[in-house]
Amino acid sequence: MMDRPDFDAIANWIHPGSRVLDLGCGNGDLLKYLTDKRAAKGYGVEINDENLLASVRSGINVIQMDLESGLSVFESRSFDYVVLSQTLQAVQHTELIVREMLRVGNEGIVTFPNFGYWRHRLDIMRGRMPVSEDLPYQWYDTPNIHLCTLKDFEAFCVRLGVRILERMVLTRGRAIQSRANLFGAMAVYRLQAS
Amino acid sequence: MNEIFAPVRELKSVGRVAPQTMHFEQPLGLRSGAAIDSYNLTFETYGRLNAAKSNAVLVCHALNASHHVAGYYADDPKDIGWWDNMIGPGKPLDTERFFVIGVNNLGGCFGTTGPSSNDPKTGKPYGASFPVVTVEDWVAAQARLADRLGIQRFAAVMGGSLGAMQALQWAISFPQRIANAIVVAAAPKLSAQNIAFNEVARRAITTDPDFHGGNYYEHNAIPKRGLRLARMIGHITYLSDDAMMEKFGRTLRSGNIGYHFEVDFEVESYLRHQGDKFAEYFDANTYLLITRALDYFDPAADCSGNLAEALAKASAQFLVVSFTSDWRFAPNRSREIVKALLDNNLNVSYAEIDAPHGHDAFLLDDARYMGMVAAYYNRIATEVAA
Repeated sequence: MMDRPDFDAIANWIHPGSRVLDLGCGNGDLLKYLTDKRAAKGYGVEINDENLLASVRSGINVIQMDLESGLSVFESRSFDYVVLSQTLQAVQHTELIVREMLRVGNEGIVTFPNFGYWRHRLDIMRGRMPVSEDLPYQWYDTPNIHLCTLKDFEAFCVRLGVRILERMVLTRGRAIQSRANLFGAMAVYRLQAS
Repeated sequence: MNEIFAPVRELKSVGRVAPQTMHFEQPLGLRSGAAIDSYNLTFETYGRLNAAKSNAVLVCHALNASHHVAGYYADDPKDIGWWDNMIGPGKPLDTERFFVIGVNNLGGCFGTTGPSSNDPKTGKPYGASFPVVTVEDWVAAQARLADRLGIQRFAAVMGGSLGAMQALQWAISFPQRIANAIVVAAAPKLSAQNIAFNEVARRAITTDPDFHGGNYYEHNAIPKRGLRLARMIGHITYLSDDAMMEKFGRTLRSGNIGYHFEVDFEVESYLRHQGDKFAEYFDANTYLLITRALDYFDPAADCSGNLAEALAKASAQFLVVSFTSDWRFAPNRSREIVKALLDNNLNVSYAEIDAPHGHDAFLLDDARYMGMVAAYYNRIATEVAA
């Protein structure tokens, strides 16, 4: 479970006892981690049957639902945090989902692999699609359809009127301070609707 | 399909079971304002109640089923309980860990007091005079049975369809007495279309010349034609269009079109067979009562239609399951329940099983469905040390 350094970043940001909604919660690891570490209370949303079962087994609340059609079962401002961990790059309706997460949550936390990471750039320079720890798929079997760089994402936030409250950039679990768009493999953002 | 959904190893039955009947002398006041002075409840139990009495699970039946939930009878090994694939040793509801109770609801026709039982005041069957009972009334009666069995709090109350409505009602009526509600293929209330189908079924029965205003027992008659039609209508709503097409297609009984109005198509033969079977064992007045209980179920009605408010007192944890091809109680209806639970910050998990069989899917084997229920019961077992 702990090969996910973004988990720690997220756990450090959220207040103990927070209400958390985890969109695309996978096997429930993050929510379980936040429940154990931060006494978070919340729900996961997941569409995949196997992940859903794994989530129920791990003891979290999980709702089977397609994120792409919005979050209408959740009331506005009903969560302290809505998390989209390693999911943004795999969704079709990116804008709708970011708007929905910031409607339902007081704050949003988004993590995604940085396509601008130097290793990815180097792969492209060499004429191949990047395959790395954070992008572990071949071009033909990847679920990732909306990859972006840190700069892309920040421009997207400006266009949507989304405030970036905090950013953490990680490479192999270590925080990257300078030239993050080049040296950072994974981004973690804390967002709010403005 | 991934191995985590592989069917569980060869499963055993709970084996031979026998129903029990308990008599209740204390009158039960009903939602309608009427009361039943005294009554019998027929039930079955499987597994062992632990010393802490914390491992009891109540399984509620839907329209045409009974207390005979699992196992078989010594004198009729083919009479297998209606949810035997779900309940038994090593099954999703594991009788080696849980003490399971199935009970025939008030107004029923399988041993519990109902319209075909003798009214002690007259010595004759209640017939049309049996009071209209509601889901709340059933739950109140079930709670009295639990009292007698020494069960203060159920580890879970579970049901599909109308049975699921009882589980939901338990969470509202007795929040302190239910730790988990397992709500399968449910709706928070019937739609106009649902009521319409029920009404057609009831009219089929009440317009049968053998109905005699509900007092057919004293005429030695049974409104079988009405019951058959009611069952045929019901069956159509339990199956999906695709499942029916898959099962029967347009296959002809004799291979040729007969140019008559008797059975030509397989589906006609099937429906008639189901109708005939049903009319042999089910009581027409009970059918009327149970469809009415379905129509009237609407826990939000007391809260000006707000289901979240109706569930405000609930404290149970929920597993809600729906089936994509169920058009009788479609997934949207389950989502209404899920939303009301979310609005109350209650613990809830929701599975929308992509199954082709329609409403009937709740009774059938589907590895994802069974796996989900099994995983949820594992959680409950940990909570109650079962």
